[in-house]
Order: sequence, then C-alpha cells, then structure tokens
Amino acid sequence: MKKILASLLAVFALMSGAHANTAMVLDRFPQERVSDLAALQNGARLFVNYCLNCHAAAYMRYNRLRDIGLTEKQIKENLLFATDKVGDTMKVSMDAKDAKAWFGATPPDLTLVARSRASHAGTGADYLYTYLRSFYRDDARLTGWNNIVFPNVGMPHVLWELQGQRAAKFVEEQDPHDPAKKIHKFAGFEQLTDGKLKPQEFDSEMADLVAYLQWMGEPIQGQRVRIGVGVLIFLSIFFVIAWRLNAAFWKDVK
Amino acid sequence: MAEFKEAPAGASAGAKLMNWVDNRFPATKLWNEHAAEYYAPKNFNFWYFFGSLALLVLVIQIVTGIFLVMNYKPDAATAFASVEYIMRDVPWGWLVRYMHSTGASAFFVVVYLHMYRGLIYGSYRTPRELVWVFGCLIFLCLMAEAFMGYLLPWGQMSYWGAQVIINLFAAIPFIGPDLAILIRGDYVVGDATLNRFFALHVIAVPLVLLGLVVAHLIALHEVGSNNPDGVEIKAKKDAKGRPLDGIPFHPYYTVHDIMGVAGFLIVFTAVIFFAPEAGGYFLEYNNFIPADPFQTPLHIAPVWYFTPFYSMLRATTDDLVNVLCVIVGLAAVLNLLKGRGTIQAKVVALVAAVIGIFLLKTFDAKFWGVVVMGGAVVILVFLPWLDHSPVKSIRYRPAFVKYLYAVFVLFFVVLGYLGIQAPSVVGTRVAQVGTIFYFGFFLLMPWWSQLGTFKKVPDRVTFESH
Repeated sequence: MKKILASLLAVFALMSGAHANTAMVLDRFPQERVSDLAALQNGARLFVNYCLNCHAAAYMRYNRLRDIGLTEKQIKENLLFATDKVGDTMKVSMDAKDAKAWFGATPPDLTLVARSRASHAGTGADYLYTYLRSFYRDDARLTGWNNIVFPNVGMPHVLWELQGQRAAKFVEEQDPHDPAKKIHKFAGFEQLTDGKLKPQEFDSEMADLVAYLQWMGEPIQGQRVRIGVGVLIFLSIFFVIAWRLNAAFWKDVK
Repeated sequence: MAEFKEAPAGASAGAKLMNWVDNRFPATKLWNEHAAEYYAPKNFNFWYFFGSLALLVLVIQIVTGIFLVMNYKPDAATAFASVEYIMRDVPWGWLVRYMHSTGASAFFVVVYLHMYRGLIYGSYRTPRELVWVFGCLIFLCLMAEAFMGYLLPWGQMSYWGAQVIINLFAAIPFIGPDLAILIRGDYVVGDATLNRFFALHVIAVPLVLLGLVVAHLIALHEVGSNNPDGVEIKAKKDAKGRPLDGIPFHPYYTVHDIMGVAGFLIVFTAVIFFAPEAGGYFLEYNNFIPADPFQTPLHIAPVWYFTPFYSMLRATTDDLVNVLCVIVGLAAVLNLLKGRGTIQAKVVALVAAVIGIFLLKTFDAKFWGVVVMGGAVVILVFLPWLDHSPVKSIRYRPAFVKYLYAVFVLFFVVLGYLGIQAPSVVGTRVAQVGTIFYFGFFLLMPWWSQLGTFKKVPDRVTFESH
C-alpha cells in the first residue's frame, strides 16, 4: 500500500515537473490595488485613453464606473466619446476587418481578459501585469515590437512613450534535457531611450491599469466577498443551532 | 380505496380540514409512509448525509436554472453576451449564476460520495438492486445534463469540449458519423446544437431526472434503508411491528439532515463567494473567451467530474487494445483448463473470446476508447449481481477488501487528475494501469468478493447513544 502511494507520488512529481518548465514565471500583481478606488479610477483613465481605441469592452457599461467612485457627470466629461451615451457599453469604432489587416488579428475584447488569462502559472492580473511590462524593440516584427510573455504578439507597444524603448538581452544556454539543443534564454531588458515615466512610476501605472481590468472582469467581486463573510457568519450560527437541535432530539435514542 | 371518514365531534378546524383533504387525497398517508412512520436505521453515520444533500442540490439547480433561463438567450450570436448580462446587469444575477455553476460541481461531489457509500456498505445488495439501478440511471442523466448545460455559456471550452465529445460518437462503426450529425444538428457544433442542447438541458433531461429520483425514493422506502452494518432492521420488530433498530425518519433524520445541510451550505457558499472559479476547475479560464470555431484551444479538458472517464478513453490506445486481447485470450484458456462449467460452456466461451479478439483488432482503438468510457459508467449498473460476498458491509469483510477499495479510490482520483492534464507518456501508462484496475475491480468481483475470512455480522446494529 505504502509502496503504491510512494510510486504514485513520484509519478505526480514527475508530471508536474514537466509542466513547470514550460510556464514562464510571472511577476506578482499588487492585489491591494483592486480595492483602491484612486488606483481603479486612474486605471479606468488609462484604459479609456490607451486601450479603448482598438480593444472594446463590449459587456462593460460606462455608468458601471459609478461603482469605483465616479459620478455620471465625471464619466460623461472625461471618459465618454462624444457620440456615446452613459448607459452604453464600451464599444470600439475601429472596423474589425481593418484591425485584422493592420495587426494580423482582431484585437480581443478586454471585458473578461483578467479572467480568461488566468492559468496555473498565476492569476490573470499577474499575467497582464507582466505582459504590459515585457515589450521590447524587435526589428524582425512588422510593428517593430515584440513581447517576452506573448512572443510575436500582434499589438505594438502602445505605452512606449511612457516607458521608453527597451531591448531584450538573450543568452544561449545548454538544454538540461537534451545535450544537442541550446535554449534561447531571456536575460533581462536594456533601456534604449528614456520614457516620460521612471521605471517605478511606469510599473505603478500598469498596476493601476491591471487593477481596473481585474475589476472590470467582475465588478461585483468586492461586494461578493463582503456578502460572503456575512453569509458564512449566519451559516455558522445556524449550524450550531442545528447541531444542538439534533442533539436535543437524539438524546432519547438509545 | 379508503373508507370515507367523519372528523370526530370536537375536532379543531385544522383537524377537520385535514380530514377533508385525506378523504380526497392521501396526504396524511403519504406523510406517514415517507416521513413520520418511515423507519430508518438509527446507526447512520457521516456517509448518510449525501442522499438528502443530493436532493438539496437538485432543488438548487432547478430553482436557479429557472431564473437563469429568464435572461439567457440560446442563440450562438448572443448566448455568451447574455451570460455576461446576467453576471453584470441582472440584479443578483451573478449570485444565481455562481450558485448554478458551483451547484453543478457540488452535485457530482455529493453524488460520487453517495455512490461510494453504497459501495462500501453494500447498499445495492438484495433487496435494494432497483434502488441502485435507478441511482445509476440518475447518474447517467446527470452526466448528460451537465454535458449539455456546459455548452450553454458558449465559451471556448463549452464549444470545443462539446466538439470533442460529440466526435466520439462518430467513432461508432457504421452509424457513428450520422449519429454525430443527429446530435449536433449540423456538420459542426453551431447554433442548431446550442438550441437542441438548451431544450434537452432545460426540459427533457430534468423531467427524466425528476421521474428517476421519485422512482429511486419509492424503491428505497419500499425496501427500507441499508445501514453501515448491513443488518436488515426489519428482521427484528417489536410487538407493534416497528423495527427495533429503526427510528421514524421525521423528526430524527429531518433534524439530522438539517445539520448536514448547514454544514454543506458552509462549504458551498464559501466556494460561491470566495472562489467561484475554484481555481479554474468549476469555471474554466478559457470559457471566459467567446466560442470561436476557427481557433482551437491548445489544451481541451472536460470539467473535472468527467475526467476519470475521459482519462480511460484517452488511455485506450493500440497498446491497451493489445493488452486487452491477451487478457481475453488468457481468461478463455484459464476457463477451459480450470473453470467449473460444462465442456460445452467452455467451448462457447473460447469461441466468444476468439470473436472478441477479432473484433478488438478489427475496429479502431478510438472506438474501443468510447466503449471503455461508456462501459465504465454502465458497469456500475451490474454491481448487485457482481458482488457475491456473504456479507454486505465492509465492516465485516476481510481486511484486504479495505485496501482494495482504497486503491480503487486512489486510481479513480489519479485518473481524474490525469484527465485534466495534457497527455504525457508517463500519464498514459498510469491511466492504462488505472483503466485495467477499474474494470478488473468490477469484472473479477464475483471471484474476489468471496475470498478471505468474514467476520460475524451481529443480529442488531451497533449504535452508541449520543
């Protein structure tokens, strides 16, 4: 029995090891930003200014932004395109066919991107936070940009003015599993030109943007957890009552 | 037909009303037969919560399902958006949807534990064969219900999962391709598929499911519940004909089950409110991307509750078919040399084995994979006739049986785990061993269930008062 267990455990270890190699290590998104209204509002501003030109968020209504502390007036004046109504969803005016011709693929809808990009390597927010900070100059690409997390991505580095231009350094390394092979391994970025923001400032802006994307994926997520605490407290009390009630009935059963 | 009864002279208004009803509908009779005078063994343990919990989850699924249908649109162009509309714009829609999606997984957790209880305490043995058979049919319905419901959100996993599973039917010889078209209503999964799956998920299968649940309960209440000792409580009755070890279901087990419900709801709501995706196992991450017929996801895995069976399907490669041929051949030869039957029966078995091997090698391994996957579910139905043990409960069986059940559970969990993972060489080998063990467990049961020394079953149930 123990032998069976041990060998099964060994098999599990082998299989999970094989998986760990393929996943890229993601930076951890500062989770506390999702409950920070100022960060969410800044993220919404960045999203509308930089992302919403190409990417839609077709399930997200503008007036839902009231949930992160904005008034309808603020939304109308700062975040809405002239033709949109405050009850509309965040559509994009770019034609899907044009987009496909320009970028090779239609830019995906971003409403749920923080949920769909989750994996066993990290949350969707971790992925997005790493992805947005992993662009580098690559002349081999049509757009002139490439990305470490999403190799050969169709999207150019839209935020390059903020971050500045960077190059990626690679080293050739021996493949530990196959002596005949070399691995092209990423070994850090090199700043080519300065951006408007310092690196820490850029990281902070991206954290705000990702916080917004995370919130937009499920706007009730904060409320959900708060209600959940109340529900669990109620059920715990109910369980104690049910337990004592049961004991009271069963004490006669011999 | 019952006699018409007059209410006693000084009866209260309530008693008069009840008398009026009982003369026209057997309300009191039904209540007594199924609750107040339904005698259940008093020694139920933790495992006996899961039957009533399955009923609770069924009710949750039906009620939340009704509210979801009010806003869901079964149309390939709008289905995904309508689910997001429920999640965002419908008041409390997110809660109803999470209850339904978590409820689907909870249903399988509860039902797997309920079935395992039946397995270890021999609850399928005489006279409860039909209780078990109805239960197996419920399980089958539940799988169909879950599979078709999973298509409705119209995400990438919904789409491609359905595509993969429906293509399995195409592997059936002769009728397969036409059958697959009949199921899809189209050459690929599309709007027609979504519409018929919606109809089946919302109307057809729930109707059958409810009918089977009623049959399951009627059969159970006819023969009475088994218990952890596997002792028939009806064998020892008091002067009034009540089982000595039985207690009325109401109020004793109603209060008991309310406690179980409270415990279950704590876990259930913790998932709903704190981890509704359950780490990508209850709501798969890829399913937050709308279905795209032109983009196949890198790794298509069914939801966790199907993966043990899916794993067996994937494990059925040409290698495994060859192993099966050898096993069938050896079994026939062994029967010829050592078997107890007549010489005619032995020859018939040998001929059947030769035909079996011929068929195994004739049809594609993919087809046998489908047979293995279906067979793994269907074989459960035959459990009452496979078990030849002189006792019911695991408590009085030889010690090796406990280890055998432990390994069985372990393999079931490992098969489930492997079904979630992408295929690998080691994984496939382990799954093949697991598949052979799973079928060996059931098919050799007539032999191993008689082995060893059995403990003496007591006359009365073992019970310590609270």
